[in-house]
Amino acid sequence: MKKLVVVLLVALMAVAVVGCRAEKAVIDINGSDTMVNIGAALAENFMKTNKNIEIVVSGGGSGTGIAALINGATNIAQSSRAMKQSEKDQASAKGLLNEIIVAWDGLAVTVHPSNPVRELTLAQIAKIYRGEITNWQEVGGNDANIVLLSRDTTSGTYIFFKEFVVQENGKLKSAEFSPAAMMMPSTEAIVQESARNVNAIGYVGLGYLKTEIKALGVKVNDDSAASSPSVATVLDKTYSLARPLYFYTVGELKGAIKTYVDYVLSDNGQKVVRELDFVPIR
Amino acid sequence: MPTQQKLVIAAGYTVLILTVAIFVFLAHQSWPFFAEHADLSFVTGDRWLPVSFPPSFQIKGFLVSTLLITGVAVLLGCPLGVISAISLAELLPRQVGLVVRSLFEITAGIPSVVFGFLGLRIVAPYVARVFGLQTGLTGFSAGVVLSVMILPTLVSLAEEALRAVPREYAQASYALGATRWQTIWRVIVPSARGGIAAAILLAIGRAIGETMTVLMVAGGRLTTPGSIFDPMRTLTALIASEVKNAARNSAQYHALFAAGLVLFVITFAVNALAAAVIVGGKGRRSS
Repeated sequence: MKKLVVVLLVALMAVAVVGCRAEKAVIDINGSDTMVNIGAALAENFMKTNKNIEIVVSGGGSGTGIAALINGATNIAQSSRAMKQSEKDQASAKGLLNEIIVAWDGLAVTVHPSNPVRELTLAQIAKIYRGEITNWQEVGGNDANIVLLSRDTTSGTYIFFKEFVVQENGKLKSAEFSPAAMMMPSTEAIVQESARNVNAIGYVGLGYLKTEIKALGVKVNDDSAASSPSVATVLDKTYSLARPLYFYTVGELKGAIKTYVDYVLSDNGQKVVRELDFVPIR
Repeated sequence: MPTQQKLVIAAGYTVLILTVAIFVFLAHQSWPFFAEHADLSFVTGDRWLPVSFPPSFQIKGFLVSTLLITGVAVLLGCPLGVISAISLAELLPRQVGLVVRSLFEITAGIPSVVFGFLGLRIVAPYVARVFGLQTGLTGFSAGVVLSVMILPTLVSLAEEALRAVPREYAQASYALGATRWQTIWRVIVPSARGGIAAAILLAIGRAIGETMTVLMVAGGRLTTPGSIFDPMRTLTALIASEVKNAARNSAQYHALFAAGLVLFVITFAVNALAAAVIVGGKGRRSS
């Protein structure tokens, strides 16, 4: 009797193993926290019509994804920043590196809804984040110290914001975030603290904008008009704080990965991008 | 020697080998960093700029934050923990004691991310209001949450130390006419002080090693805090937040291992001190 049970169990396991092996290709995707939701939605939609391909999407930060790609631990790195040259060299050593822009994201600078400040110039935001402006009064707000919220150094959003805003698009190469900046472990943590702290300023992707926080209008310079972050303003380039979102893969694009990338760039894929408050590539 | 006995002895050595192996691994992985930065600026400097050009890796801020937050946790948690242990061991009725003890055990089982969430939602806003701070995400808030998290370790070990005091001591004290209160404070607690000190040291080790809660609650400022009411980041939180970002064998990767080595040395020293106290205490009592 006991023997029979064992035999049955073994048989069952064998069937299960064979069943799983029904040639299901698995694509592992890792990287940007900003892109986790969009990546998951794209994968879900894709798998509805491509039942033989399974996609696993996880976050952790663009740097995490890129490191995983270089280390051979993931198939696609989702990144909200371009790879650095050193990273490109490391990845290229493993094979042909593909860089694919799959969507655009607008970065909103957010404050507490009760903050009287409505708009800032890029230069003012840069000075605030470099610690040169420390009181809201200096930009037309209340007499209160500014509480600086930033993403962690793992985040592609952090690096984009640093290069584009803090270093004024590469003009101030040695400029750094103010030492007073608080590194938050996730975008959600920035949203929560901005919603609670009347003196906080933070930056989050468009997809994270909620009614509990207020997005500031951004002016390119003193004379230009302020533009609020939205899909429309990023698409028509009136909103300047926007960035491309990338897929990176190593090796010639083929098989399941190519099928998936083609889907993401197709009209169907870009529709999903749009539905999640990101900006389509065309 | 029977095989079983050999196996048990081997298991004992395994722990030793594992500890040494972990140390060797950390030292090996951080060696390239120390080879390049052969001076004390690693622990005395304040610039942690891992993704800048050129990068800078200095951990004084994280080191100071770790010590400050642990200090708050211990100052708040120890009096409560030790007194709870005394009441559990000596004063509470057996049934009540059972309930309280299992509650402490349940506390020990709560994942630290849940404590982090409570800290974020309840402790931090409260601390900000009470002390009139710019933000509640400070070392102090993290220390308050940690002080609760170290209680289970502290209470169970301290209670054990109190229960280990031979009953004859108490009986002799009563025979001399001392009250229960006098017996507890003048005989039992002093006799158990070695064990209580060890409990406190192990709780300190627990506080130093805690990661998730401090990552969520302490605020994450990367420089040396001016006071306990500033946002700050501990060594553990630093490693947790950045290690996944570091490409293997990059400068940042080795620097994080170097930070891990520093953390290992600190916790090892604290735990070794606790072990020494326990051994020393036993020696005294038997003599």
